[in-house]
Amino acid sequence: MTDFLNAFVLLANFVIVPATAYGAQLALGALGVTLIYSVLRFANFAHGDTMAFGTAVAILFIWLLQAWGVSIAPLPTALLALPIGILGACALALGTDRLVYRFYRRQRSAPVVFVMVSVGVMFIYNALTRFLIGVDDRRIDDGERFLFTVAQFRAATGLEQGLALRTSQVITVVVMVIVTAAVFWFLQKTRTGKSMRAYSDNEDLALLSGINPDRVVRITWLLAAALATIAGVLYGLDKSFRPFTYFQILLPIFAAAIVGGIGQPFGAIAGGFIIAFAETAFTYAYRGFLGYVLPEGWVPPGLVQLLSTDYKFAVSFIILVIVLLVRPTGIFRGRVL
Amino acid sequence: MSFLAGENMTGGYGGGADILHDCTIAVEKGEIAVIVGPNGAGKSTAMKAVFGMLPLRMGRVTLDGRDITGLSPQDRVRAGMGFVPQTSNVFVNLTVEENLEMGAFIREDDIRPTMEQVFSLFPILAEKRRQPAGELSGGQRQQVAVGRALMTRPKVLMLDEPTAGVSPIVMDELFDRIIDIARTGLSILMVEQNARQALNIADKGYVLVGGRNRFTDTGEALLADPEVRRSFLGG
Repeated sequence: MTDFLNAFVLLANFVIVPATAYGAQLALGALGVTLIYSVLRFANFAHGDTMAFGTAVAILFIWLLQAWGVSIAPLPTALLALPIGILGACALALGTDRLVYRFYRRQRSAPVVFVMVSVGVMFIYNALTRFLIGVDDRRIDDGERFLFTVAQFRAATGLEQGLALRTSQVITVVVMVIVTAAVFWFLQKTRTGKSMRAYSDNEDLALLSGINPDRVVRITWLLAAALATIAGVLYGLDKSFRPFTYFQILLPIFAAAIVGGIGQPFGAIAGGFIIAFAETAFTYAYRGFLGYVLPEGWVPPGLVQLLSTDYKFAVSFIILVIVLLVRPTGIFRGRVL
Repeated sequence: MSFLAGENMTGGYGGGADILHDCTIAVEKGEIAVIVGPNGAGKSTAMKAVFGMLPLRMGRVTLDGRDITGLSPQDRVRAGMGFVPQTSNVFVNLTVEENLEMGAFIREDDIRPTMEQVFSLFPILAEKRRQPAGELSGGQRQQVAVGRALMTRPKVLMLDEPTAGVSPIVMDELFDRIIDIARTGLSILMVEQNARQALNIADKGYVLVGGRNRFTDTGEALLADPEVRRSFLGG
């Protein structure tokens, strides 16, 4: 019995808890991608770098707050700086729309043109973030680091294996739940939210109904930029902030949005967790786990790791390819890209 | 002068060849006007021209004595025109109630009385108010589409083939409702494939051929006209 408990705790510590936090971050990112897709009808490659930019702005403000001696310990200062990061990303997104995307909207360009434009925007954001804050790895998880540590858990339960719960993981999940609930409430219950769904559903009929397309587009950018920054700051809290990582995270975010069914907000959330659990589960070494659940002598000598962690993006990529081949509309029947 | 009139309309899509040639369509207050004619006669185009979706090279459109030729379709909605397109005329992912709400998007006042009116006109919609419009049958969808257009409390309702693809029973039912709507004082302008049934309920009928007015008379007179019967109503 204790063997199974130990096995479970081990799995919880290295797979379930980290994957849940990572899943929440991907879900928020994918929600932004899916919103842009359903209203503006293109896959926004610049989303990862919007995350990076918003987070960079937040970090600059964190430093300022720290210099002023402002602190909300035991919570990380990042939570206080988050709204400023969001404002920064919103300004960037609206500015980009005005200078770049609006031009192509007026030309009534094909979606693929928008995708290519967003790749260009991605490179510009990339450079902007590096100008702003550099390329280095930054840690922003000040405040209390752990809710409880492995040692505390072991002492409390007497188990051989321990489980640590980091503050950032709890904050990530709590913030994600609040933010997604707010977004769903906004889309389902408010007049503006409904007009966004109507515009996404049938653009011509929305125009006939007097819905202002410019306003819908603006609100979509604001929502997406806010979601991107929240996802970015949470990811930075949980791991660390490095602009390049935020560029890479675009792949699992796209995979999450597509697995769930692009254009389906609920699918983006589900997809985020599916991708996160798949990545973590495929790259975890199960030797210790098997040591508890298998009879003695059955435990294989190797690490029992399906893929090295360096290949974790391959997992998202394979899932992405399989979904596009087998069920291009995703789990919740979104649109076909 | 008619309540809504498109007079001597000439024009085509995006600078292409003219589709309408000196075409005139008008409807009086509280009456039903129907545009019929063979395929490709420019019926829908004539209606779109009245609604501002087709650039006119010549002619003008007036609503209640006011020249609205220069207004965009959106502004014409604000001026009191409701338009039900032939296809994709509902928000399929939105519930019936949300469809009606979006129909009334430009209104700032309380829309509940209007929504109740729509529900009393189409009782089935009240039952299905929480269901996505995409899950309804063809006839019910048309009711949602008409209901959505009624939500702005228009003075004129324009319907582009409202009975396309619905069964004859549903068609009769829809025509009955359209008569009910006209009795409340709205003017109705519609394009119809089912010429005989449509002319039956029409106060005024327009038979278009090749984008030109061929016959214009009351619905009754057109149904009685031997030439119209022979050419367009199948004897």
